[in-house]
Amino acid sequence: MDWGLFTIQMLNGLQLGVLLFLLAAGLTLVFGIMDFVNLAHGSLYMMGAYFCATLTQLTDSFLLGVVLALPLTALLGWLVELIVVRALYTHDHLDHVLATFGLILCFDTAVDYIWGPTGMAIPLPDFLNGQVTLFGGLDFPVFRLVIIFSGLLVAALLYFMVAHTRLGMLIRAGASNRTMVMALGVDIGKLFALVFAVGAAFAGFAGMLIAPITEASIGMGNDIIIVAFVVIIIGGIGSIKGAFVAAMIVGLIDTMGRSFLDQLLKVFMTAQNAETSAPALSAMAIYILMAVVLAFRPQGLFPPKVR
Amino acid sequence: MTSLFRTGLPAYAMVAGLLFLAGLPVLAVWADNIFLIDLYLRLMILAIAAVSLNLILGYGGMVSFGHAAYLVIGAYAVGIPAYYGIYDGFLQFAIAILASAAIALVTGAIALRTKGVYFIMITMAFAQMVFFTFVSIEEYGGDDGLVIDARSEFAGLLDINDNFTLYYFVLASLILALGLVHRIVHSRFGMVISGSKGNDRRMQAIGFPTYRYRLASYVISGAICGYAGALLGNFTNFITPEMGDWVRSGELIFMVVLGGAGSLFGPVLGTAVFVLLEEYLSRLTQYWHFPFGAMLILVVIFTRGGINGMFRWLGERIGMGARS
Repeated sequence: MDWGLFTIQMLNGLQLGVLLFLLAAGLTLVFGIMDFVNLAHGSLYMMGAYFCATLTQLTDSFLLGVVLALPLTALLGWLVELIVVRALYTHDHLDHVLATFGLILCFDTAVDYIWGPTGMAIPLPDFLNGQVTLFGGLDFPVFRLVIIFSGLLVAALLYFMVAHTRLGMLIRAGASNRTMVMALGVDIGKLFALVFAVGAAFAGFAGMLIAPITEASIGMGNDIIIVAFVVIIIGGIGSIKGAFVAAMIVGLIDTMGRSFLDQLLKVFMTAQNAETSAPALSAMAIYILMAVVLAFRPQGLFPPKVR
Repeated sequence: MTSLFRTGLPAYAMVAGLLFLAGLPVLAVWADNIFLIDLYLRLMILAIAAVSLNLILGYGGMVSFGHAAYLVIGAYAVGIPAYYGIYDGFLQFAIAILASAAIALVTGAIALRTKGVYFIMITMAFAQMVFFTFVSIEEYGGDDGLVIDARSEFAGLLDINDNFTLYYFVLASLILALGLVHRIVHSRFGMVISGSKGNDRRMQAIGFPTYRYRLASYVISGAICGYAGALLGNFTNFITPEMGDWVRSGELIFMVVLGGAGSLFGPVLGTAVFVLLEEYLSRLTQYWHFPFGAMLILVVIFTRGGINGMFRWLGERIGMGARS
């Protein structure tokens, strides 16, 4: 076992976990409070990346790009809520899924029209672009550490907002009993528009963080959104804490499975069999995890207390 | 009149539609436009998949967001034996049906423990699992896909290498699938399924183990869709995991809902509108997904029950509803 590689993959897993949490948080808040299934959440992740790419090019600064792209993505989320989502609260989940599926088609095509079919790279400033030497002489890209820390920072911020502010109180109340909150005179429509916009900003932020590594590309949100759904199912829909724990577990299992499953399998089977089955098994790992969790706890690991 | 508009389009219109499908190859040859046969072949194969999804979605209220997985399983059930030089159609189609049924049994057993949006997401996640499995098996082409060098052989009984024969084979399959779903829905079994959609607890109280009924219908639906997948593999001769991408599953749901979930011919109508619109919009502009997506949103927001619902709504407006 190469412990250096192991540590690096742990960090990579953590980085994926942080990104998944940023996505899952908005998804689970919107679902927890308004009972709305938003498939197009991944499109906001993509739009965040494209906004950031364009603004980085215009301003010649990645940091400025992020700072300007964040409110822009929130605004876009607010518009989506206003134009499409708001009309659908009284409909059932199937309608939510279909309409937001339509939104995905619109967003992907709009990006193709505006930015073209090829992806957009985001150049990093020098101070974010290098390697840093960690304990034990391991080299790790600075930017990946930045992703982990800024993601954790945002998670802490979100925790503070949900647990210690008036807005957070309303969000928690809305998630556990919407009717009661409305009866108390809270404009739940406004509250939700706000949550939707904040969720969009989180998703967009995740897109901005990953785009310098992978490029902003069409449909980049469509694969990761399913994983984000897996995260909130494992964590328990509507639970921020569940989303956080599940995101870390899923991020680690996915990354570790891809790098070490073949070695683990070699303990049980021939090297050749291990090498052929490992890729397929590691691709399935998080879904198997989800199935196992659901088989024992259909409501997820940390279901919200009142539903 | 009531029965007419309860199912939306009158049945004779749909029978006329099937007759049109039956005559289409002749029409295509006459119009010197052989491409039409390909277009309608794809339409009918997808229609079978939509009909299978409608069995559980429309009648049973189970929104499977992973039905394209059975399409891809069925396609690989043709592709993988063909890769080893086995072209026996009976074997390939049997594998397609059995493999789809087996996967549906395992995933359905877990997914049906949950309800509503959980069910939607879990079926979707399981479909992604199938998708990524095929993507990661390098032997069968991974995400580059697999070329099938010859279509299924049916011991000399049927030669589907000829597109005309394949066309009528698919048309017969579509009618068979419609007949099967019709029979199931109007049986005692089907009544339990739709009863469980309406009020699961009451059905259980009456004494029906609804979980088992729902699982059985889920497995049947998966098997029919796997069969459609085997047809699709034969039709395209080139299969990729892409066929089972979750976006494809979304399209299948859209076809069912567009035509009208829970009506016999609705899914066929929805598939026809979907495929034809896709075909002709994409000729107008490469950005056809945008109006397509916008239309989807509008249909969902403003009509309930798809095109069938629109007819029903029109019927009520014109006063036909009142007369009946």
